[in-house]
Amino acid sequence: MIFRRGSINKLNKAGLGLRFGAIFGLLFLHIPLLLIILYAFTTEDKSYQFPPPGYTLKWFQIVLSRQDIWSAVSLSMQIAIISTFLAIILGTLAAGALYKTSFFGKSSITILIILPIALPGIITGISLRSTFGVLGIPFSTWTIVIGHATFCMVVVYNNVVARLRRTSPNLIQASMDLGANNLQTFFYVILPNMGTAILAGGMLAFALSFDEVIVTTFTAGQQTTLPIWMFSELIRPRQRPITNVVAVFIMFITFIPIVFASYMASKTSESEGSTK
Amino acid sequence: MDKLLDSFSNFIYRKKNFIFLSFLIPPVLWLGIVYLGSLLVFLGHSFFYLDGFTGQIVYEFSLRTLKELFSSPANIDILIRTVGLAACVTIGSAIIGFPIAYYMAKFTSPKVKIFLFIAIMLPLWSNYLVRVYSWKLILAKEGIISWFFEKLNLEWLLDAILATPIIGGPSLSISYIGMFLVFTYIWLPFMILPIQASLERVPNSLINASHDLGANKRQTFYKVILPLALPGIIAGSIFTFSLTLGDYIIPYIIGTSKFFIGQAVYTHQGVAGNIPLAAAFSLVPIVVMVIYIYFAKRMGAFNDL
Amino acid sequence: MLKALNLNNINKSYGLIKAIDNINLTIRDGEFFSLLGPSGSGKTTCLKVIAGFEAPDSGIVSLFDEDVTNIPPFKRHVNTVFQDYALFPHMNVRQNVGYSLKVQKMKGPSMDRKIDEILEIVNLKGYDLRKPSELSGGQRQRVALARSLINKPKILLLDEPLGALDQKLREKMQVELKNIQRQFKITFIYVTHDQQEALSMSDRIAVFNEGKIEQIDTPANIYSKPINSFVADFIGTTSIFDKDSAMKLFNLDKAFSVRPENVVILETAEDLATINKQQFYITNGTVADCQFQGSQLKITYLINNNCKLSVFKSLEGNINQKYEINTNHTLAWRRSDITVLNG
Repeated sequence: MIFRRGSINKLNKAGLGLRFGAIFGLLFLHIPLLLIILYAFTTEDKSYQFPPPGYTLKWFQIVLSRQDIWSAVSLSMQIAIISTFLAIILGTLAAGALYKTSFFGKSSITILIILPIALPGIITGISLRSTFGVLGIPFSTWTIVIGHATFCMVVVYNNVVARLRRTSPNLIQASMDLGANNLQTFFYVILPNMGTAILAGGMLAFALSFDEVIVTTFTAGQQTTLPIWMFSELIRPRQRPITNVVAVFIMFITFIPIVFASYMASKTSESEGSTK
Repeated sequence: MDKLLDSFSNFIYRKKNFIFLSFLIPPVLWLGIVYLGSLLVFLGHSFFYLDGFTGQIVYEFSLRTLKELFSSPANIDILIRTVGLAACVTIGSAIIGFPIAYYMAKFTSPKVKIFLFIAIMLPLWSNYLVRVYSWKLILAKEGIISWFFEKLNLEWLLDAILATPIIGGPSLSISYIGMFLVFTYIWLPFMILPIQASLERVPNSLINASHDLGANKRQTFYKVILPLALPGIIAGSIFTFSLTLGDYIIPYIIGTSKFFIGQAVYTHQGVAGNIPLAAAFSLVPIVVMVIYIYFAKRMGAFNDL
Repeated sequence: MLKALNLNNINKSYGLIKAIDNINLTIRDGEFFSLLGPSGSGKTTCLKVIAGFEAPDSGIVSLFDEDVTNIPPFKRHVNTVFQDYALFPHMNVRQNVGYSLKVQKMKGPSMDRKIDEILEIVNLKGYDLRKPSELSGGQRQRVALARSLINKPKILLLDEPLGALDQKLREKMQVELKNIQRQFKITFIYVTHDQQEALSMSDRIAVFNEGKIEQIDTPANIYSKPINSFVADFIGTTSIFDKDSAMKLFNLDKAFSVRPENVVILETAEDLATINKQQFYITNGTVADCQFQGSQLKITYLINNNCKLSVFKSLEGNINQKYEINTNHTLAWRRSDITVLNG
């Protein structure tokens, strides 16, 4: 950050050590991803040799023609869309109920909502699996969706609750004061205000569902989602760069919702239409 | 129609509880039945046991499985190993993550902050498998780390590290050190964001006050900033600890043949069909986390979540 | 005279806290009426009951002789200007102001005309496409006002609307509000904790204290004839003599208060000689503090070592005049200028 010469406040300038630490951390986060992209182009397909002996685009061509990859992508998309839809409904309802009033049992319910994300996925997965088994429900796309919706709703809930807590409580009163009844208030005031939070939560939920592998493994029958495909590829000998190419594709697909969601989340840091 | 809506609105306005309940019930019902129900059913199995001969689960209340969990030295090993690693990962990610969080909270303009926020979120939501797998690349014998050490003529250092008892191994990609690195990497964003949130809440006027009262930068950091960031650190540690306790994929890909809790659960519920033992193993991370969360709550970590 | 608002025996508690206690109030059509009191005295709760955001535990709320106690806010013909303005952040100025018209399913050129009219009146012409986050505090306040006025309500409730503005802006807005009220002949019910604001703008004031109304009267009467020591102390500057001091110094058997502008300092021997001892109370005091206030000095005297008496002395062009601490002076005020306090 470049400050004008005269206005440098000693306290606002990060120490060299701090900046170094921050940069190191960021590099630590991102270099592995860059390497993945790099390895998508390597000619060597049996090992992880560095530096890569040569570069080629042939893996991309191969991936585009592989049917199994495409059906995995399509299944993951379908599941993500449906799960996100359910997550938005359930998460928003929960946020609407819990954001202000204290009532008997409130903290228990709050913990209940966080549980699906707080507990390890393997526990969630096995639990759901045994229940489906006991109830005689065959494993299908729908069992996967049920699992996904359960933890995706937490993400939506977090986003919407944070937004609701920052909104002036007088907005609803103001709307009624000006003559709008409950329904009108909901559509003209509440929904638009929450809108971006719901959207942000939904995008994050989509990315989460698209990426999930542990719970999915347990709740799937013969279905192969993209992460499941990836996992099975990783544990057997194969043409390694192909998984890299798929990984690159996944990174770009999930990149878009994330950037979108972050952009929308940041917009709420502007003032909310009330006094300074 | 309007009249109908009006009187409905009237009714709702006076009966605030009605709206409230209609909002609350669907998600709670879903979570309660689908999630909590399944969870309790599964965990309840730890009070049953597997008949060694028939291979069937005997549905009689018994503490046999729990005893089995804690009496076998191999099992205890698994528990200690996992908890130990989780602790190291938590400390590691706190140390690496704090500078980023601090920088982001206090020294950046809003525009840069958004950019950094995206930069941190991105790996988090990128495919988990992809990120684990990328470390397999990096840690491999012929991979970039080895290449790096070679170029610096430090191969002997790498071999020495790998020869370290317990945490070393035949290759970085099959060792505890490797696992530590991967876990720390994967959960890092979970640690950064809560710390950043709690640091944001420290008003600059506090730091100014500290300086005004005579403390230098170092003292201010240890006496004012760090204590106030502690709830955030603890909140982040809940994630790193809990997620490490239950993971089975990373140990599988990067690990040795020595099991961790996640793998134990996975194996037992698999072919062996020993759901009681799997459930018993699962109880450990849950109980550990419950205790951890209780203390975390007391230290104020939940204010930042 | 038409009764715009009638509150009859209104009570409201929040849990164990009684916010308003047996309130009775009648406000006339076209009045500028202030609810004045310190924080937590119940005035905002009262406003919420009038608007319909809270239902009273008991009592009747009537607007123009119609019982509205059980009618929700969107059915009452009152509008509110909120303390934090409560502007809809996702709508621009135009949409905010026109909200109530939209709710009534109005659209098109007639709606646009009304919006333009009201924006002109509050001096916000040209700002109609801005969002609230792009406006200053004073501008937001005017949007909130316009939004409420566009309905031409019979009654307008204002909850400390000028609290967030700086002094100069407040004084300006006070004049504007009063003009609007007179021009539109709306009944204003104005909540504030600033007694100067209430005194300067209102036709009548209700002074609140801990959930009860202490006194309802015109500003002049409240100022000159406060009914008890709370009102006397809350409104303007005053000096209070408690019962014992009153007895000891002046042979009076009740506590009393006297306004500083009514006290004269007897500076010369001649003043001392000519003062009518039958009409004035006279006593000695020591200067404890002397404050320059632009057009006057505010001098605080210590009397008998335990009573404080404030005196205003006009500077009359003698800007550098001041009084040294610990100087002794003789002070006097007319016996008729005191207000006897009953509690």
